[in-house]
Amino acid sequence: MADIAFLLLIFFLVTTTMDQDIGILRQLPPPVPEDQPKPPEVKQRNVYEVLVNSNNQLLVEGERMDIRNLKAGAIEFYTNPTNSPDLPELTRVTRAKVQENLALIKQALADNPRSSDLKKKLKIWEQKEIAIELVGDYDELPASALISLQNDRGTSYETYIAVQNELSSAVNQLRDDLSYEKFGVAYSELNSAKEEDKPKIKAIRAVYPQRISEAEPKNFDNN
Amino acid sequence: MSKFVKKGKKGTPGISTASLPDIIFMLLFFFMVVTVMREDDPKVKVRKPNATETAKLEKKSLVDYINVGPPNDKRYGTEPLIQLDDSFAELSEIRQWIKDNRERRDEAEQPAITTSLKVDRETKMGIVTDIKQELREANALKINYSVNKGSSIEN
Repeated sequence: MADIAFLLLIFFLVTTTMDQDIGILRQLPPPVPEDQPKPPEVKQRNVYEVLVNSNNQLLVEGERMDIRNLKAGAIEFYTNPTNSPDLPELTRVTRAKVQENLALIKQALADNPRSSDLKKKLKIWEQKEIAIELVGDYDELPASALISLQNDRGTSYETYIAVQNELSSAVNQLRDDLSYEKFGVAYSELNSAKEEDKPKIKAIRAVYPQRISEAEPKNFDNN
Repeated sequence: MSKFVKKGKKGTPGISTASLPDIIFMLLFFFMVVTVMREDDPKVKVRKPNATETAKLEKKSLVDYINVGPPNDKRYGTEPLIQLDDSFAELSEIRQWIKDNRERRDEAEQPAITTSLKVDRETKMGIVTDIKQELREANALKINYSVNKGSSIEN
């Protein structure tokens, strides 16, 4: 009898899950002050526009799209394989270029050590240096390129999450592929707690940044 | 020969205690099975949407939950309502709630506070957008859309 009891005990120990909360993590943009100057216009080709209406239909870059094709569309936007003039223009980042820029910025910073603008720039280029060290030369998205997501108040939450999920999954796939190619493991397998994996994660994030921006809420069709 | 011969009465035997551990174990299992660990009473019905690109929420103590969904009690109607902690709340109460939660915690931990949105899949985005705007105003910028693991695209 005691054996059976132990068997049961172990069975429950193994099968019980303390319902762990999983989800899609997102960072909200800070509140916009009212006297905020208008942001500069971004080139049409650098924005991947995703609209969702109250019937849960998608309008991507001005055309209706099935959600099943969204992931492929986002990947195309990120990589622009055909060098299309409607998709962002990728620039090659090389070691020489990074070093040249870093030297320039450091020099400027020496003249003007208080400039927060320069410090920010330095940080960006230092990150690129890490990326170059680890993955070699790569094609880079323009700094202004982003996926813009806008939904209606009548959109169902399920669709919204599905769209978010597809967009994330596009970026994750690109990251995974790159990570496999360079490090032999998937990006999702890299552990941010491990010291040796940290630069790898940084490098891959520099190559494929996750830039999903949500437009300020608007009401399309008054419901 | 004399194997089956009764040897006469020797008084009543004492109750065996050999099965006592089993009884205790049975009780233990009973309570293990019926106990549900939960943070607070769910007052709204939440059927989470599915997603594949999920992350685990670390540090449960730094997570606050906002539930949104149709109320369990039909007397409150069928429109989705917001539940903070143990009670229904208005949109305008979220800011104070965030503030209270922040003050409850260590200053060093404050930047790591995450607000987890548990929203029913049928809910319209209107109410979710309003909540997100409130969270932005309250400067609670780390959020998590709580989901179940699974394919988000129905066939």
